[in-house]
Amino acid sequence: MKDFVYHRPSSLDEATGLLAGAEDAKLLAGGMTLLPTMKQRLAMPSDIIDISGLSGLSGITVTADSVEIGAATKHAAVASSAEVQAVIPALAKLAGGIGDPQVRNRGTMGGSVANSDPAADYPAAVLGLGATIVTDRRSIDADSFFTGLFETALEEDEIITKIVFPIPEAAAYVKFPSPASRYALVGVFVAKTKGGLRVAVTGAGPCAFRATDFETALAKEFSPTALAGVTVPADGLNADIHADAEYRAHLVGVTARRAVAEIANGGAA
Amino acid sequence: MQIALTLNGKEVSAEVRPSLLLSEFLREQLGLTGTHVGCDTSQCGACVVHVDGVSMKSCTMLAVSAAGTAVTTIEGLAQGDVLHPMQQAFHECHGLQCGFCTPGMVMSAIEFAETTPEPTEEKARAWLEGNICRCTGYQNIIDSMLAGAAKMKSTQAGA
Repeated sequence: MKDFVYHRPSSLDEATGLLAGAEDAKLLAGGMTLLPTMKQRLAMPSDIIDISGLSGLSGITVTADSVEIGAATKHAAVASSAEVQAVIPALAKLAGGIGDPQVRNRGTMGGSVANSDPAADYPAAVLGLGATIVTDRRSIDADSFFTGLFETALEEDEIITKIVFPIPEAAAYVKFPSPASRYALVGVFVAKTKGGLRVAVTGAGPCAFRATDFETALAKEFSPTALAGVTVPADGLNADIHADAEYRAHLVGVTARRAVAEIANGGAA
Repeated sequence: MQIALTLNGKEVSAEVRPSLLLSEFLREQLGLTGTHVGCDTSQCGACVVHVDGVSMKSCTMLAVSAAGTAVTTIEGLAQGDVLHPMQQAFHECHGLQCGFCTPGMVMSAIEFAETTPEPTEEKARAWLEGNICRCTGYQNIIDSMLAGAAKMKSTQAGA
């Protein structure tokens, strides 16, 4: 790993100041992606700003209609939260299926969402539930947040502070994990929300996206059979040694039907 | 950078470069080679230690990030000649062959026992997602985890 200057700011203001002032600074929270990337020298930041200890960035607050989760909240905290399990069990289940126990003990929600890894789990929940990403300067709708492969609507020195998830009527997340890494080859988050039916897909494309044809079909009839024959085009989907684009397109249909069945059977709210 | 932390119950302070990994700090700077480095890519779990009581892969954490925390390594488990109940269980159930993955397995298994009220084989297997063994086929490791969890419970009840 290439050397860098290490900072541990004591406030969000100090962190944004450091971020703006450094040549090529990176924020470090859990480091579950950043540190391996730096070891491979795919990233060689001049400065590391460690925000893992910043107070006010961690924690879970449940209100009447939403769950607010601080950006530095660990996956393990979301997975084991009785409050999250009670109101959005699909979100707790998703968090409990990320990586392995040690990744969940250190990785953070904000880090995962800001990174927009095409195979990460959280983006599916953020998009599927129609969450709001709150930063140090504004609020961003999930629908306009994920813009491409490792690309988001965040500005260079913008910091996610929390994510607000509206509580859905029902939701389920089903993923087809890579047997080696547990990253989603394909993951589908289906939610019945106040704003309508949402189907979000991760793993299949350059970033999380909504499967609108699935949403239209499910709005007419909410059952796995309503999705018979509904597909996403394989064109532009990810293809690698694990799965080609056609297979991923097929898996989107399979996992979506499983998620719908889970909701229809009352498996997850 | 100067860092201070509690390591296996003792106060330690040291000068480290910011890019030093916690695994490198433990093994190369402090000579605590019980923590192993297998893959160095956060897959294998041989490097698992406890930071403030929860298991972490020390190959994917900066030593500077451990400043102010309490770190426990495999060397910090036994009380003199008396093995930790989980170590004793790995010994009795022969939960190892070559032993390379064992320090990480034991550290991970302890958190499993501490956070799982009713341990089962299925839960133990799911927990081992981040610990890879190339020898045993896992069967004796699972036996060790369950036996160790039971021992820890009875030790706690007896204390």
